[in-house]
Amino acid sequence: MSAPEVQDYVGFDTITQQMERKFLKRGFNLNVILVGESGMGKSTLVNSIFSTHLVDSQGRRTAQEVIRKTTEISPVTQTLEENGVRVRLTIIDTPGFGDQCNNEGCWVPVIKYIKDQHAAYLARELKPFRDRIINDTRVHACLYFLNPGSRGLRPLDVEVLKRLTEVTNVIPVIAKSDSMTTDERTLFKRRVKEEMAFHRISVYPYACDDDVDEDRALNASIRDLIPFAVVGSEETIDVDGTVVRGRRHGWGVINIFDEAHCDFVHLRNFMLRTHLSDLIEVTAQRHYEQFRTSQLRQIKELRDQQSAAAAAGAVPPGAVVAQQQPPSAPLPHQPMAQA
Amino acid sequence: MAPSAPSITSTMSARATTPRPSSYRCKSEKRGMIYNIMLVGQSGLGRRTFLNTLCEREVIPSAEAPNPDTANVADPMKFDTYEVNLEEDGTRISLSVIDAAGFGDGLDNTSCFKQLQDYIEAQFDEVLVEESRIKRNRRYRDHRLHALIYFIAPTGHSLRELDIELIRRLGEYVNIIPAIGRADSLTVEELQTFKQNVMRDIDFYKLPIYNFCWDESDSEALKENRDIMDFLPFSVVTCDEVLDNEYGLVRVRRYPWGTIEIDDESQCDFVLLRYILLNSHIADLINYTEEVLYENYRTKKLEVGGFAEGEGDDEDAEDDDDDDNVPQSARKPE
Repeated sequence: MSAPEVQDYVGFDTITQQMERKFLKRGFNLNVILVGESGMGKSTLVNSIFSTHLVDSQGRRTAQEVIRKTTEISPVTQTLEENGVRVRLTIIDTPGFGDQCNNEGCWVPVIKYIKDQHAAYLARELKPFRDRIINDTRVHACLYFLNPGSRGLRPLDVEVLKRLTEVTNVIPVIAKSDSMTTDERTLFKRRVKEEMAFHRISVYPYACDDDVDEDRALNASIRDLIPFAVVGSEETIDVDGTVVRGRRHGWGVINIFDEAHCDFVHLRNFMLRTHLSDLIEVTAQRHYEQFRTSQLRQIKELRDQQSAAAAAGAVPPGAVVAQQQPPSAPLPHQPMAQA
Repeated sequence: MAPSAPSITSTMSARATTPRPSSYRCKSEKRGMIYNIMLVGQSGLGRRTFLNTLCEREVIPSAEAPNPDTANVADPMKFDTYEVNLEEDGTRISLSVIDAAGFGDGLDNTSCFKQLQDYIEAQFDEVLVEESRIKRNRRYRDHRLHALIYFIAPTGHSLRELDIELIRRLGEYVNIIPAIGRADSLTVEELQTFKQNVMRDIDFYKLPIYNFCWDESDSEALKENRDIMDFLPFSVVTCDEVLDNEYGLVRVRRYPWGTIEIDDESQCDFVLLRYILLNSHIADLINYTEEVLYENYRTKKLEVGGFAEGEGDDEDAEDDDDDDNVPQSARKPE
């Protein structure tokens, strides 16, 4: 099936440069949520991935600080620039998640936040006069932090992952993998994959999206690595003259960029260098669409019910539909101004 | 290495050659000293491997791979008991280790504390009953817990709610010794900071951990105990494999970036903790349990049960049978 060859040079191939120029002017949004107990290395990892101090650890360090009783949602927005490309990066931390004696329902604020962003986008989309470019606050990726040393997924992990994978792209990671030997890591990864398959938890990248051969090979190799066993570090260490980013223990130095030490390089390449635009696209095309479909169906059903009630009862047919908005009120997203 | 770490080893080994005067040592030479410890901590913190490393043999076999379908269900708490006969510096110890599996692994862990408390109280109750029998059983084995090693997760921050609640609730029934599991995930500086934060929390919340300095009569021991308490909580790394190198057999954990030696005291506190548990403080822990913890429990129990003072000791007293039927309400309310 070959396209007919163009005789003279027409020039529509410059569309990629035109798009690039527009893109450079506009920049893009990237929203990542971090879900995991305190002390799993969330802040350090995300700061390592973006090579910038983006978020502070929210762990309790002094005795006077109160122990959190619920999961809080704390988004932090910063604009980063690289080679002229600007990204409005929002990192959403979830301090308090999984930290109590009773963790039933600790995932509710997280799921609510993600759905609220979908709802806010939908509300803006449905406006009669809508913005030319809607500010995208939808969560594009969720880094889910697993506990090193457990034999596999814990009950909390299973409950939360089932719900999270329905609303956003989930990337499972083990952030403090420097306490696991190579054999332990391999065993752990295998068990986690088995358990996820059994409980039908599908994490990103999704199998149905493999259309091109090269995608398939790349995605297969990513799926093999999941969950990523990484080590995060914001410090640089001098090792015999070379400066590496890593951790110094009494028995050796970990270089986080060394592939033999951990999967950090693979995770960063995956998230930022190969699948970044796909993460954003899949959020819009899969998760947002699912949300949108279910919301609009609900609105339609509600309208049908009310017109049926109006036809039967005394309620005037033109009554304002109470639920124009989706059931959960959208959280106004307040990006924090950062220097 | 920690800048101000006192060097304990030399004084410890010096102490080992001069056994502390205690009638326990003499009696137990033949029978084997009865010693019961419990290991508590979330799964994944190295409880079971700790026991194997402590006893220098595989006491608990490594667990079979769980079925994937059980991942979403937490195992209910169970108390698995393992009996090991050890010999430490000429002293025979009949060690009984209880592994409290399932603690803190579920979604809702609030019932774990009561289960632990019930277990510990049950052992006290058995002794209470046995003591007051008209005909006592000579071969009765004392199951009272002499120490509870609590494994803290190496978060690098401070204690979590689970940790605080456990120590708060059980500290009056058993000697709690806090330890940091998987301590090899922390660097030297992080470990120092973490230890300080944990001890600050323990002070702030007035958590009743075992006070090594409870016996103030021996001033020499007091100084050593104060030095020991500087190491709290003890950092624990457990052995994976045994290497045979030029120095002999070495217990290690091997990583792509280096190998940690379990018995190297500059890298973790395992050796210190083992020495405390099985050598230097075994008598202290047993004495404190029997003289203080058990006595407090007994007094409380008998007071609530309505017995007047002194009656429980009299072997011929008629109301000894009542000890068997102490009503549930006599137990401390939750």
